[in-house]
Amino acid sequence: MDKRGMVFEVRIHGRGGQGVVSAAELLADAAFREGRHAQAFPSFGSERTGAPVVAFCRISDREIRLREPVMHPDALIIQDPTLLHQVDLFSGVPPGAYILINSTLGFADLGLGDFIKDFDPRRLCTVPATDLALRHVGRPVPNVPLLGGFAAISGMMHLASVISAIRDKFPPKVAAANIAAASEAFDGVIKSLALESFHA
Amino acid sequence: MLKQIEGSRAVAEAVALCRPEVICAYPISPQTHIVEALGAMVKGGELQDCEFVNVESEFAAMSVAIGASATGARAYTATASQGLLFMAEAVYNAAGLGLPIVMTIANRAIGAPINIWNDHSDAMALRDAGWLQLFAETNQEAIDLHIQAFRLAEELSLPVMVCMDGFILTHAFERVDIPTQKQVDAFLPTYAPRQMLDPAEPVSIGAMVGPEAFSEVRYLAHAKQLQALSLIPEFAAEFAEIFGRDSGGLVRSYRCEGAETIVVAMGSVLGTIKDVVDEMRDLGVSIGALAIKAFRPFPLTEIRAALQEAKRVVILEKSLAVGIGGILSTNVRMALSHLNIHGYTVIAGLGGRAITKASLHRLFAEAHAERLEHLTFLDLDQGLVERVLERERSMRRSGPIAESILRDLGVVAARL
Repeated sequence: MDKRGMVFEVRIHGRGGQGVVSAAELLADAAFREGRHAQAFPSFGSERTGAPVVAFCRISDREIRLREPVMHPDALIIQDPTLLHQVDLFSGVPPGAYILINSTLGFADLGLGDFIKDFDPRRLCTVPATDLALRHVGRPVPNVPLLGGFAAISGMMHLASVISAIRDKFPPKVAAANIAAASEAFDGVIKSLALESFHA
Repeated sequence: MLKQIEGSRAVAEAVALCRPEVICAYPISPQTHIVEALGAMVKGGELQDCEFVNVESEFAAMSVAIGASATGARAYTATASQGLLFMAEAVYNAAGLGLPIVMTIANRAIGAPINIWNDHSDAMALRDAGWLQLFAETNQEAIDLHIQAFRLAEELSLPVMVCMDGFILTHAFERVDIPTQKQVDAFLPTYAPRQMLDPAEPVSIGAMVGPEAFSEVRYLAHAKQLQALSLIPEFAAEFAEIFGRDSGGLVRSYRCEGAETIVVAMGSVLGTIKDVVDEMRDLGVSIGALAIKAFRPFPLTEIRAALQEAKRVVILEKSLAVGIGGILSTNVRMALSHLNIHGYTVIAGLGGRAITKASLHRLFAEAHAERLEHLTFLDLDQGLVERVLERERSMRRSGPIAESILRDLGVVAARL
């Protein structure tokens, strides 16, 4: 799975109200549906709307015993790009990591051109997650579309598993809207990956 | 049935399977999700023949549990931190009266400074109240211990605390196997009280006892806890037969065969410790771990047997006895009397500070090389401490410590 075939670690950054903890839980649930072990947990701050929030998810084929926060993530999901200037989002992120950012801009336009020069471009993507959420769900909750994007770029899980986790978490109408948003994000990332390999 | 759910939700489902008749609750983080879920189950009809009582404080929660238990009802509550301290008098009473209440402690630090995060200060503060105290390493074990706790409590007519690390376990969303009602019913018989307030056969409970018999009543409390030393493993074995997995017991060794260094701990940190033990074993270091599952009664004999071949023992604990050092370590050292084993006390994870593999690697390597102080505070920021001490030396009105240390750190909100 990862370099040691052991544990794949995800760190999700966002703000209170954006569904950061729910995103980690959905990710763990999707992995569970594929028969894997998964552990999701919040960073345990006092939860206030708008405050920076971090949640973690580990996925493995074996029981996960480790309880430390994820310090060297294999994937980083940034739900709120305004955090780029406030929190040390990239702490401990190795160049091999996947990075997803909720933005309509590219990495260079976000001022991250220098930072990502050692990263694998096939593992980096921005997803217009807030736009997708507003259009499908009617609320600016970027968490679920980003999970669709994560499934696409990482290949860590099938979109179907993410969808089935969403379906069990929300009431039917909200679930359907989120599934549409996640699916569109998934397709968008798959398309941009195909374009990139075409250009390469 | 395998489920991917939050630890608190899992505990609520396990408690519901134990068919409690009275649940009283007062919210306090990080325990709240447990009683919220139970409240919803009672209201939604999933949990029947159970009264859910909202109370006005933790003192009331334990008082209601005492009243309910005295009428012969199976009673449950949950709390943490200041909540446990606030009910302290009633906690002693529940044990002294011999009422088999089961209570979850979602372990959390005690203020001041106010801190909502995990350590074991709350359970340790009431370790001598007369309750059994069981510590869960995982959410699976937390579930399993609750089922065993009702059985133990009612067999002994003593209350039991099931301690699980606040946030680290209560808020972790992971795979658990929720047993069936049939399994739980096969393990946990209907409650047959040794004493109950029954209008048909009136008794009073709670007599005043003077010097003529107080020692004897207290001695009996001790003797019953000693009975638990044989009942806990017996019930854990029976549990394994019905549920198909090992959970609970008194202590559990991990890779201790021939280990020169053994790390002793309680609760969820054992997961991280086991990962580090595996990595150090791969490097050829002879190290193992001992999990203490029952803190009260304290299994002196089993701990001594598990540690006696080691050269050194590192006791890593999430509590601090201010003015002496460790609490768990003081107890463990009693188990090691007259053995020539070096003992190291490590205070770690206070107020939710993350205990990382990297720090444990450094710590265990130092211990293994006999370079550790006998009392160590893991990852203590010595510079930060020195600044406060220097300020206190240089001026009289040095101000409140918590506020000034945060100013020194430059943080406006808590971080790990």
